[in-house]
Amino acid sequence: MRTKEKQSNHGMIEMTTRQADRLTPAFEAEADELVSHYPVSKRSASLPLLHFWQNHFGFVDDSGVEWIAAKLDLTPINILELVTFYPWFRREAAGRTVIRVCRTLACAMAGGYEVKEKFCEAVGLDPHSEHHGFGSAPPTTADGKFSVEFVECLASCGSAPVALINDDLVENINASDIPALVEKLK
Amino acid sequence: MANFLSTPHPKERRIIFENISKPGYAPDISTYLTHGGYESLRKALAMKPSEIIDAVKAANLRGRGGAGFPCGTKWSFIKYDDGKPHYIVVNGDESEPGTFKDRYILHQDPHQLIEGLAISAFATNTHLAYIYIRCEFPHAARIVWNAIKEARAKGFLGKNILGSGFDLDIFVHQGAGAYICGEETSLLESLEGKRPYPRIKPPYFPAVLGLYMKPTIVNNVETLCHVKHIIRLGAAEYAKMGTPGDGGTRTMCVSGDVMRPGTYELPCGAVTLRELIFDVCGGLKPGRSLKAVIPGGSSAKVMRADETYKLKVKGPDGTMTEKEIPMLDVVMDASTLQSVGTMIGSAGVMVLDDTRDMLWALNNLNQFYAHESCGQCTPCREGSLWMSKMTTRMLSGDTLPADPGNLKNVADNIAGRTVCAFGEACSWPTQSFLDKFPEEFKRVDT
Ligand SMILES: Cc1cc2nc3c(=O)[nH]c(=O)nc-3n(C[C@H](O)[C@H](O)[C@H](O)COP(=O)(O)O)c2cc1C
Ligand code: SF4
Ligand code: FES
Repeated sequence: MRTKEKQSNHGMIEMTTRQADRLTPAFEAEADELVSHYPVSKRSASLPLLHFWQNHFGFVDDSGVEWIAAKLDLTPINILELVTFYPWFRREAAGRTVIRVCRTLACAMAGGYEVKEKFCEAVGLDPHSEHHGFGSAPPTTADGKFSVEFVECLASCGSAPVALINDDLVENINASDIPALVEKLK
Repeated sequence: MANFLSTPHPKERRIIFENISKPGYAPDISTYLTHGGYESLRKALAMKPSEIIDAVKAANLRGRGGAGFPCGTKWSFIKYDDGKPHYIVVNGDESEPGTFKDRYILHQDPHQLIEGLAISAFATNTHLAYIYIRCEFPHAARIVWNAIKEARAKGFLGKNILGSGFDLDIFVHQGAGAYICGEETSLLESLEGKRPYPRIKPPYFPAVLGLYMKPTIVNNVETLCHVKHIIRLGAAEYAKMGTPGDGGTRTMCVSGDVMRPGTYELPCGAVTLRELIFDVCGGLKPGRSLKAVIPGGSSAKVMRADETYKLKVKGPDGTMTEKEIPMLDVVMDASTLQSVGTMIGSAGVMVLDDTRDMLWALNNLNQFYAHESCGQCTPCREGSLWMSKMTTRMLSGDTLPADPGNLKNVADNIAGRTVCAFGEACSWPTQSFLDKFPEEFKRVDT
């Protein structure tokens, strides 16, 4: 098994192994099942496999890009160009809890910017740190517990302001409740 | 959960949202079956496919995704017996700011969509369909998957559906956080596993060269749910609920400065803006007055509260006369909004009261479009970024007399010069905000 040292986004040196060296037969079977949803062209399974990979490992490393490409008879750039286009995918680890605060108009009118600031303060991140995408991880706390970022409209403008915390939508957020909310997530 | 009235507002007519937020209603198939589920599919399978398409046409159903194209007409571009595979792709990307309706269908009533989709597939000789769901709805993707499996186990999907000889497979496909994937040709590229750059039309109309270059129908989630009810109620009964050019009901999403924001299902053309804001949504916050309304998702041109419009109205003797109406008397249907220079779009109505700074609001939207441009066309990629940078700078107090003119110039040079309608979507806010609220963009040298 190959290992390499990697400078993570929150400044700690971590030892990482190639993700593709840690695959199980169950993982492979599930990946094959996903490919079977696309009887006409298996290239269509690129996004599903990227989601599956990122859900499993937390991010997609070079070995993941190569593995998915090989599985679908593509070249790695066909997969990498998706990772760098779509805001959802990342090439580095994010926090265990990812807080995505809606930035768009209805939420901003209801205090969305303050909500994001309060989340940053509550988890200990610089409220003005920015996330530039292109595969980078959102701003993440040094202990790797939390990431906070702005995202665009989450299609819940009637209950603004909202945030997506991992898989769950939190609606009608009151900025003053955020410290208690974060405490529960810890 | 969003703010739903536990009993519908008297102006509402809940058909699509009949079971949304209803106590005891679960997304599983047994609940659906006890509510008359899949009866319309049974009925449709006994009809001729062409009869179904005729019914959808007669119902005057317009697409609910934003462009408002007549649904039956779209379907008839697909030739039933052309020997090619056909596909239906359901647009569940729901990412136009101000729009929040499909999320409730996907989370709470997935079988309604599956039934509408199965009927549509039968009508168009389609045997493979994908439901594209934005990845910010992870629970919805699981719920819809589960519903597909349930429907298959009961014989409503798969091979030889209910003994009719008709086969249909449906799969869920998740997006990855990009607004542009809501544009139908971008969505198809995304589904093909490529970077989701929209395709140029012509020649890439989905009905001709769609998914895998085969005839394809892309329809919004809500649109396909309406198909079920057209079959259930009959086209005439369904059409009667709306206006001649815009049949049935429509889920309207109201957000911003109203007392009761939320999703309301209203017959098309049943309310004016006044009734929508002051009656259905409980009015503005105490002491506030109305400033502006964005009527059809963030891309629709803004309306100003104190403006009036000249509308052509047909008198009882058939002659057309011109009538001047205040903004609040505009009827919320596709053709009226079009004739006052904006659009019903996705029916995402954003309300702004007198406390709102229009430069600030426009800057918020400009940042959205700058972030979401796919970058394929130079005017859109560069222009959306410039508009966003300019309004950000202006908002910081650093304004130049030439700013409004330059801003308009950039917007004017995007619209009409791009591969996809995002070009219009990102220039319309800037053009209309500058046009309607010029005084808010001149704040120099005081
Ligand atoms: C930039 C852009 C974004 C769009 N986003 C969506 C969307 O999120 N959901 C949707 O249903 N349609 C969206 N549309 C409209 C689709 O291109 C297409 O017209 C629609 O899905 C067709 O379905 P319908 O006829 O049932 O409305 C978008 C269009 C553009 C130009
Ligand atoms: S108009 Fe904008 S979003 Fe549409 S294809 Fe061109 S660059 Fe992409
Ligand atoms: S603007 Fe925040 S959910 Fe739509």
